[in-house]
Amino acid sequence: MSGRRGEWILRAAKVVLFMACLAPFGIMVREAVAGSLGANPVETLLHGTGDWALRLLLVTLAMTPLRRLTGLAWPIRLRRMLGLFAFFYAVLHLTVYLWLDRELAWSTILEDILERPYIGVGFLAFLLLIPLAATSTRGWMRRLGRRWTQLHRAVYVIAALGVLHYLWLVKADLREPLLYGAILLVLLAFRLPWNQLRSVRRGLRADRSDP
Amino acid sequence: ERIPNPRPSPLSTDEKPTSLDDVTHYNNFYEFGTEKTDPAANAGTLETRPWTLVVDGACESPGEIGIEDLLSGFTQEERVYRLRCVEAWAMVVPWVGFPLGDLLKRFRPTSKARYVAFETLLDPDQMPGQRRSVLEWPYREGLRMDEAMHPLTILATGLYGELLPNQNGAPLRLVVPWKYGFKSIKSIVRIRFTERQPPATWNRMQPDEYGFYANVNPAVDHPRWSQKRHRVIGEGLFARKHETLPFNGYGEQVASLYSGMDLRRYF
Repeated sequence: MSGRRGEWILRAAKVVLFMACLAPFGIMVREAVAGSLGANPVETLLHGTGDWALRLLLVTLAMTPLRRLTGLAWPIRLRRMLGLFAFFYAVLHLTVYLWLDRELAWSTILEDILERPYIGVGFLAFLLLIPLAATSTRGWMRRLGRRWTQLHRAVYVIAALGVLHYLWLVKADLREPLLYGAILLVLLAFRLPWNQLRSVRRGLRADRSDP
Repeated sequence: ERIPNPRPSPLSTDEKPTSLDDVTHYNNFYEFGTEKTDPAANAGTLETRPWTLVVDGACESPGEIGIEDLLSGFTQEERVYRLRCVEAWAMVVPWVGFPLGDLLKRFRPTSKARYVAFETLLDPDQMPGQRRSVLEWPYREGLRMDEAMHPLTILATGLYGELLPNQNGAPLRLVVPWKYGFKSIKSIVRIRFTERQPPATWNRMQPDEYGFYANVNPAVDHPRWSQKRHRVIGEGLFARKHETLPFNGYGEQVASLYSGMDLRRYF
């Protein structure tokens, strides 16, 4: 792909992706206005925003393996937008929880965070997301250099906490959180140093054949 | 199908009933799926005619009774009750039904009958949710004898004047309005008098989260959420939650059943 044409396609792809990531929010707003969020609208919004935060986090994590499998560069160039949308839905999720679900009753919210492990875990995941969202700009990437990569590895912990948060709150049917967990494991497995392992093994074999 | 002239009851609340649409589309009935909207979508496979209820155990005249005889042989009353789910939401449901005690007396329980055990239909063809072991099937519940005989405890055959929709536990379900909703077992095929406390599905699944008594109690939190307040279904996105009352507001009628009991221990 020639450079200029490639840039143009990437820009178009970013616009489409932006709209796609915003669509779930648009649908929720439309249904809220129309009063068609179901019998328990607060629960619908709480679950909807949480689902999309976790889904987009996993999609973000899929970009590195996608680049490795395809050899294309564009997945990495879409990664920041995906990550920021995951953060956007996490902010909405927390807002719905604090405002509509807990009705800003701070003493009960504090009790929730401290005493109920699944809330604490979810809250921790949100706190860890903040520095990643804040340092997502090119300027911060440059300023932090190698430390930027190290910092942004926290996303693995955040995704794991997100899955745990979901797993812990379900009453009996664990299928959906387990599916998210399985996807996360696959995405993490891609990051194991397979190539290094292979070359180490080859090295060992070579050692043995030495006289 | 309408139930002819159900008798109004002084035990009804005058609170505004939740809309029929919400009562029939926001259900926990894992036999048809674990999402709230699953039962309405999937319960069409349940066949409620013919339907036979078996009553046995510690009683002098065990036997069977068909749903038609239950509908014609007992005076059907309208009971508008609050329903409080353990998940901290609530509804007001205009049930039609009759006191459970009226039925139990006919089978003449003996002095050994200290508890009453209930069982839902077990048939994965009609109840596709039973193909997955999300819970132990069939769903089982139990009451102490005095709870079962209490005038507030009914077997419901209908709601909003019509026969029960499948997703609400057709053709026959228990309603115990001072307990969390999961005690009110649906699509009952068997009732048995027992000497010992019978097993109850959610209690066996998570004994520290779901007690055998499961009386609505704002002072005892569920380990994962508070029970002090609840959301009333149908009040909209920005409605405030309501304070949960002990025994779901039926304390005047039922608190004496538990006098001297530590309700934190027997939650």
